[in-house]
Amino acid sequence: MPTDIGPPDYHTMLPPIIARNYGKWKYHEILQPGVLMHVAQGGDKLYSVRVGGARLVCTDRIREYCDIAEKFCDGYLRFTSRHNVEFLLDKKDNLEPLLQDLKQRGYPVGGTGHSITSIVHTQGWVHCHTPATDASGPVKAVMDELYDHFIAMKLPGKLRIALACCLNMCGAVHFSDISILGIHRLPPSLDNERVPKICEVPTTIAACPTLAIRPDPKTKGVQINEERCMYCGNCYTLCPALPLMDPEGDGISIWVGGKVSNARSGPAFSKLAIPFIPNHPPRWPEVVDAVKNIVECYAKGARKHERMGEWIGRIGWERFFEVTKIPFTDKHIDDFTLSYDTFRSTAQFKYTG
Amino acid sequence: MAQSETPLLDELEKGPWPSFVKDLKMAGQKKAMSRDLLRQLELSYKERIGHWKHGGIVGVKGYGGGVIGRYSDRPDLFPGVEHCHTMRINMPTGWFYTTKALRTICDIWDKYGSGMTNFHGSTGDIILLGTTTNNLQPCFDELSEKGFDMGGSGSALRTPSACVGPARCEWACYDSLDAINDITHTFQMQLHRPMWPYKFKIKCSACPNDCVAAIARADLSIIGTWRDNIQMDPGAVKEYAGKLDIQEEVVELCPTRCMSWDEKKKELKINNKECSRCMHCINLMPKALAPGKDKGATILIGGKAPILKGAMISWVLIPFLKMEKPYQPIKDLALKIWDWWDENGKMRERVGELIERVGMRVFLKEMGIKPIPQMIRTPRANPYFFWWPEEVPQKPKSA
Repeated sequence: MPTDIGPPDYHTMLPPIIARNYGKWKYHEILQPGVLMHVAQGGDKLYSVRVGGARLVCTDRIREYCDIAEKFCDGYLRFTSRHNVEFLLDKKDNLEPLLQDLKQRGYPVGGTGHSITSIVHTQGWVHCHTPATDASGPVKAVMDELYDHFIAMKLPGKLRIALACCLNMCGAVHFSDISILGIHRLPPSLDNERVPKICEVPTTIAACPTLAIRPDPKTKGVQINEERCMYCGNCYTLCPALPLMDPEGDGISIWVGGKVSNARSGPAFSKLAIPFIPNHPPRWPEVVDAVKNIVECYAKGARKHERMGEWIGRIGWERFFEVTKIPFTDKHIDDFTLSYDTFRSTAQFKYTG
Repeated sequence: MAQSETPLLDELEKGPWPSFVKDLKMAGQKKAMSRDLLRQLELSYKERIGHWKHGGIVGVKGYGGGVIGRYSDRPDLFPGVEHCHTMRINMPTGWFYTTKALRTICDIWDKYGSGMTNFHGSTGDIILLGTTTNNLQPCFDELSEKGFDMGGSGSALRTPSACVGPARCEWACYDSLDAINDITHTFQMQLHRPMWPYKFKIKCSACPNDCVAAIARADLSIIGTWRDNIQMDPGAVKEYAGKLDIQEEVVELCPTRCMSWDEKKKELKINNKECSRCMHCINLMPKALAPGKDKGATILIGGKAPILKGAMISWVLIPFLKMEKPYQPIKDLALKIWDWWDENGKMRERVGELIERVGMRVFLKEMGIKPIPQMIRTPRANPYFFWWPEEVPQKPKSA
């Protein structure tokens, strides 16, 4: 078998209309939610139909995408950086029949403009060993509830939601408008019978951001200072003898106000809004309600084109907590390395409550 | 009627959003592995805890990465997922596919795996989710015969990814697809054979809208930009004036306030010298405004998630670099960064954390890059700065 061949040449995957107009696009319009029209300098028009997907899909689902693409798009399609599927058409006559076909199959068309598009998410209980929650389940529950925002464009600005099942934050949780993040609340249960046998002690010690781990000369294992542990789970990533998953301790935190684009304000991290919500499979109702509440407050309060973080920046965090009715706690006040920068070193603030 | 084995997950077949449970059940009709994957997930839903054993080191001959090993902690209950490894396959750049290519992957995966996939993993790879150790090599052999190679994992160059770029976007300031495809092929050794302190990711976005989130999800972020004037079609601006409140929605939201709008004459003016190229006005009026003609990219360094010292968003290293085939300057820079990081980085230390630990001044000196104000948001406020010995007349050393 050949090795080091890399990915196939993407030129072989491009629809002819794209190959022909590569780098020669003039402008685009959103014709309706989920439907883009790109116009080339020479006048060619490309129609893209964006369809929400579950990301975790089976081969027969992909074959169904292929059937659709062969019927309407000469056998070409693409996926977006947020796991949507895009059907690419050069014939406008095929647009309505394609939309009808997608409707019959029950596929959601949308995710363009000022909408809530697909949730970037992770493996959860489906395939990972360090999660504090599931990924696919909460995503399905939240998108069922916010479905109308996927198929319409009625928000003040774009609203990106991301989910990560632990604070490794695979994906987009640290810079999304709303982020759903699995967290633990109990220190690892330490098995010093196994630590010296299956773990490298120095790397396990070095894995702790708060220096809560030190060597234990007696057992050749480690000691954990539980008062210093904030349950990040990174020591477990390095050492299988330090598991910390727990049905009661584990759950979900909610973060808000991050973005990556440079439009208007620069990129920003998401900040803590809700420290903990318990895991309640299969539908995580409290998580769904919390996300919906934040979306509704934003939709009501933000000005046109303002992203979540820009809205909060304008009204102030004290007002954000007031309008969302989210309780403010000691968990919200940073106490890691650069915490001082997050304190309010000014007499400028608003009275709330 | 027999009672369902998965009452909790069955709930997630309801509702308008596409259901992953339906797909697991579809795959389960053909594959015992997917049936047990669903049953084990049901147990996780019941107990509110994961059921995968820690870690797992498996792979294919010749490579040090690409496969994520996974074993069930209840093989007694779910023998189908006793082994359930993931293969990362390098996607075609920009995630463009012919149905022929997709069907090829599906056929091979149905032969060797669970029939479940992720389209796609967050880094960009095609994720083939669930196979046994014995099937890894034959599956890879067949995929590579058909032109598909493994993606990255471990302490290596991970699979680079790009936005849709000039294939379908009028704002592309360089060919993000060609650059990523070229970089990926050039550094196959670094991608397949982990040899570094930790992982390293490269992402290419062709404009500051950053549609692959390069600034937050890559150690080396290459973001398209320009350095001359925004191109304007005054006639098209006038057309927008009817549909858009240009004063309120464009001019007043400009972060540098470098625009003015004459409502009477329907005339828009941009002081390009003061423009920071945020894209807002271009985003709102794509028919009327476009990036300049002198195009290239801003190179930023250090983006990563919180572990260990906190999350980082990449920061400016080179304000403007031409991005033209064969992309030698960016490749030379990458090699130089890797050399330095490989020599100085601690185990599991991302390059951003190393730079923070030793200081930007050391990093810049090693890279031979001159410090400029574009690299910072604000100069330091503390007086604790170092001097290089050659910058200060040294006292004679007593013998």
